[in-house]
Amino acid sequence: MIEAEATGARVEEGVAVYGDEVVVDQPEPKVVMTLADVAVAFGGRTAVRDVTFDVHAGEVTALIGPSGSGKTTLLRALNRMHDTVRTAAVTGTVQLGDLDVYAPSTDPTLLRSRVGMVFQRPNPFPTMSIYENAVAGLKFNGVRKKSLLDEAAESALVGAALWDSVKDRMKAHASTLSGGEQQRLCIARALAVEPEVLLMDEPTSALDPIATKRIEELVVELKDRVTIIIVTHNMQQAMRVSDRCAFLLMGEDKAGELIEFGPTATLFSEPTDPRTLDYVNGRFG
Amino acid sequence: MTILELPVEQPVDATMERRRAIQVAASSSLRRRKLSSGIALGVCWAFLGIAIIPLIAVLIYVTAKGLPAWSVDFFTQSTTPEGIPGGGVWNAIVGTVEITLIAVAATVPLGLMCGLFLAESNGWIAATLRFTADVMTGVPSITVGIFGYIAIVKNFGGYSGLAGAFAIGFIMLPVITRAGETAIRGVPQSLNEAALALGARRATIARRVVVPTALPGIITGVLLAVARGLGETAPLLLTIFGNQYLQWNPTKPMEALPILIYNDSSQPYADLVQVAWGAALLLMVVVLILSIGSRLFAARLQKERR
Repeated sequence: MIEAEATGARVEEGVAVYGDEVVVDQPEPKVVMTLADVAVAFGGRTAVRDVTFDVHAGEVTALIGPSGSGKTTLLRALNRMHDTVRTAAVTGTVQLGDLDVYAPSTDPTLLRSRVGMVFQRPNPFPTMSIYENAVAGLKFNGVRKKSLLDEAAESALVGAALWDSVKDRMKAHASTLSGGEQQRLCIARALAVEPEVLLMDEPTSALDPIATKRIEELVVELKDRVTIIIVTHNMQQAMRVSDRCAFLLMGEDKAGELIEFGPTATLFSEPTDPRTLDYVNGRFG
Repeated sequence: MTILELPVEQPVDATMERRRAIQVAASSSLRRRKLSSGIALGVCWAFLGIAIIPLIAVLIYVTAKGLPAWSVDFFTQSTTPEGIPGGGVWNAIVGTVEITLIAVAATVPLGLMCGLFLAESNGWIAATLRFTADVMTGVPSITVGIFGYIAIVKNFGGYSGLAGAFAIGFIMLPVITRAGETAIRGVPQSLNEAALALGARRATIARRVVVPTALPGIITGVLLAVARGLGETAPLLLTIFGNQYLQWNPTKPMEALPILIYNDSSQPYADLVQVAWGAALLLMVVVLILSIGSRLFAARLQKERR
């Protein structure tokens, strides 16, 4: 929270302090995604449950908690990635705007074009060039107009802070990039589809500190363009990049539960639940 | 209010426009994409069906033809000469089991050692050996039979169960070697390093860490090699000769199930053909049990470790 004060960014919801000037009356951010009593079970065993919170547009929401608390499982429930697991069952409600994510009429591929995802390890398609990787999602979604593809690729690569270093070698294979660049290419690939929400699953866990820093800066820059939900086991990272934070913890029966949700600054400085206090003070996990 | 909202809306303008265009393209092409996906899926199912028909046909046909031949006598009596009713395949069961056991006893240690060597070594010797094993896998089984005939039958006192075991072992050896290599290569390098860092020698690591970890894969490989060896006919044809009578001594000509099937099915006597169907069903069931059993066993062992 020291950093939050230092940058003057987010001291309190709806109120920002810039020097002596107090700017109030910022509109309450729009809610893009609503989670109500979300639970995920695998083969009858609950992995995470009782998750209820709102995701606000233009913000970064972090999911934090120790290993096994169900952060990644919860994240993957938001764009129906669990559909591919036969034994997985998601209950509760996930709303994306007016769309009920788990309604039978909701097409999962269309949903995923609106809710993108970046994974733990950089996973660019190895047989495709940098350009082909950047537009892969668009092509999968039936976009054929060359001008739209080019425009989206450039905008996404600029957004992912990769444009300057790759604009002269768009035909090169993605594997020629460094690990950090590959992850930024994956972010660009996700951005190119212009999703409304971007899910990031520990996107820096396979990267070195410098590459990590650049991704973190990117996350903060991108939030005007896309609402971000990020899973991280790194509390400093959550403090640095997120506006709101959800703290999950493994319950007695090994199922993850939502312990506390709130503005990041509040959650870290004056959490309401003693378990959150213990965790953010590094007493376990 | 509206002015204060601008910073949020402004940079998003181009983005919003593109987002709309992309979402329109995505939903308007959804029907086409679903259709082509459905067609591709349908083609996959159709080809799967075509591929599976002969498989199921063989299963049903052999079962229907062979099951009537099964009786207590079928499993306990030796073959009777043509024209005399009754009789079974006991002599062939004895021969097949004995020959296979001898072949397994000889090739499993050999194959595993080779597999371990291939997995652990990257020199030209290993490369040559691996290539040889691959070539051996591809050698037509009749060639193996001729080799067994010339090398063993001609030089060591004629047709015998041992000569058959040699030929079958020749078929099984490369299978076990390559399966062993694959299983051992599947052991994470980190386990190897963990043992190394504790001061273990290579041989100790192989014996105490690598081979035990690779065991499910090794056993699957061995059982699949056995299943393969059980059904081989051509190598036996030229090495064990066949024997209508019960013969326990592997240095003498023996009967085996594939030989019995081969010989009896071409006889003009209905009861012999019937026995051949029964033997074919028996062989099929045993091979099926071995294949399914090896998988179940490996899966269980894998599960226990977690």
